[in-house]
Amino acid sequence: MPKAHVYKRDHINTDEIIPARYLNVDAEAELAQHCMEDIDTEFVNKVQPGDFIVAGHDFGCGSSREHAVWAIRGAKVAAVIAGSFARIFYRNAINCGFLVVELPGIEQKIKTGDELEIDAKNGKLINKTQNQTYDFTPLPDFALEIINNGGLLNQLAKK
Amino acid sequence: MSMTITEKILAAHSGQKTVKPGQLINADIDVIMCHDVTTPAAITMLAEKGMDHVFDTEKIVVTPDHFQPAKDIKSAELHKRLDKWCKKNKIKHYYPVGKAGVCHALLPEQGHIRPGETIVGGDSHTCTYGAFGAFSTGIGSTDLAAAIATGQLWFRVPSTIKFVLNGKLSHGVYSKDVILDIIARIGTDGARYQAMEFTGSTVSQMSMEARMTITNMAIEAGGKNGIMPVDDITKQYLTEHLKHKTEYTIYESDPDADYDRVEEFDCAALEPTVALPHLPSGGKPISEVAGMEMDQSYIGSCTNGRIEDLRIAAAILKGHKVAIRTIVVPATPEIWKQAMDEKLFDIFYDAGCVVSAPTCGACLGGFMGILAAHEKCVSTTNRNFVGRMGHPESGVYLASPATAAASAIEGKLTDPRKYM
Ligand code: SF4
Repeated sequence: MPKAHVYKRDHINTDEIIPARYLNVDAEAELAQHCMEDIDTEFVNKVQPGDFIVAGHDFGCGSSREHAVWAIRGAKVAAVIAGSFARIFYRNAINCGFLVVELPGIEQKIKTGDELEIDAKNGKLINKTQNQTYDFTPLPDFALEIINNGGLLNQLAKK
Repeated sequence: MSMTITEKILAAHSGQKTVKPGQLINADIDVIMCHDVTTPAAITMLAEKGMDHVFDTEKIVVTPDHFQPAKDIKSAELHKRLDKWCKKNKIKHYYPVGKAGVCHALLPEQGHIRPGETIVGGDSHTCTYGAFGAFSTGIGSTDLAAAIATGQLWFRVPSTIKFVLNGKLSHGVYSKDVILDIIARIGTDGARYQAMEFTGSTVSQMSMEARMTITNMAIEAGGKNGIMPVDDITKQYLTEHLKHKTEYTIYESDPDADYDRVEEFDCAALEPTVALPHLPSGGKPISEVAGMEMDQSYIGSCTNGRIEDLRIAAAILKGHKVAIRTIVVPATPEIWKQAMDEKLFDIFYDAGCVVSAPTCGACLGGFMGILAAHEKCVSTTNRNFVGRMGHPESGVYLASPATAAASAIEGKLTDPRKYM
């Protein structure tokens, strides 16, 4: 079952998610090997396909490197759930067709290892371990459309 | 309807009379900035989707800068992809090694930035160009690919915070101290998703170089763009630098435009400021932090690697020796040449500094000045996140070129006014 990896911290930045020393490549599989390395060196060994990253406020602040989203996606994380997101990270995630969920204070409620499920369209995050449901404002329709189309470029290519 | 300068530019570029904060628009893009880290991926994506074309060969400006000249085999491969693509697509404004410089210093200097335009770049500090009264924002590789192929991008119109900066800066205090102080006050997400409009007598007294230091760091407060009104100093700079397309449109905020809020700053009261690790909002007056020991001083980057910055640093270093590793990086070849002609290199050499070719290099922990574990660097750059300039257990202390130079002499954080 997909599980949560909780980081009770605000301002987790792109330098921690994918340090610049790895930016001399842009292959997703290679970036994924260093995902979250400067905040948690063990993350890549713990994460299982479909898992979630849960964090505090202003997740992904800093550089515009989409490599941060690719590293997380490449590590097979299903979504990032955070108190809030920095603008460029949020936009990059949507453009990549990667799901992001904004829920203030969530990092205090979910524990590492909790089993989670997301209903993106209806704005529901279900914590199966704690038997809790948290409501969030679903992404606007245009953003969900980009995600459902598999990202901005796929959407443009279809047009 | 009354609008801010940001709203007016976005309205004009999306074929609308007015726009409101929150509104989604599709805007035409005037300039796209491309560098070696985020663009190769955009090129690959476009090729994979069968969209391998550029919307306009003259509106894309390309320079390798982060790892230039190539620092290793992998970055050489990035540069090779970028180079091939530029040649194949006949990109008119391509600045390869030799002409290459730190993007946000290079584009204004080479006359690619004009008021009233919409500018995007595959780099978060693209907000720098707002100093010229343009709408300018940083994007990732997918956006970059979409902009390159179509010349358009979707935006949510940001609401604007107006920063009224008043007062004459006292001796030894610079625009870097102003922006560090603003970020310390509002936090690294104090302007998240918003436009930061900077006005007031402090701004109008500043050179364009000094103004760019402020808009450069809008992103460090979470801003979508930083923007400043156009005045005679802007026009003078443009007269000296524009060479490709020389006409431009000046937009001004209406006096009764709607602002999310107005923040006033008395800049006359400011003292030199240093942002302690690990957030750009860690700004403290130098009087509180002077004496902290450093291992390296770094003078360069898109924030403070321009000729004015090098002159300020040189004036302080003249006749002194540095006590720690001091790395000076002129941000563009033209700045490099100017610094050499003005004999600033002699001063740096005599003081015991090393001067490098233009590059982002150590600013992002790339190369040419990486920190070891537990080392501390006083730096004129814009970001001091964990591991930004090297080992995750190193620390970056953001400061003005004057403070970085004075601290280099003493090997510890030092009030630059001592050496002025
Ligand atoms: S100098 Fe530093 S902040 Fe500026 S573009 Fe280069 S890496 Fe980014």
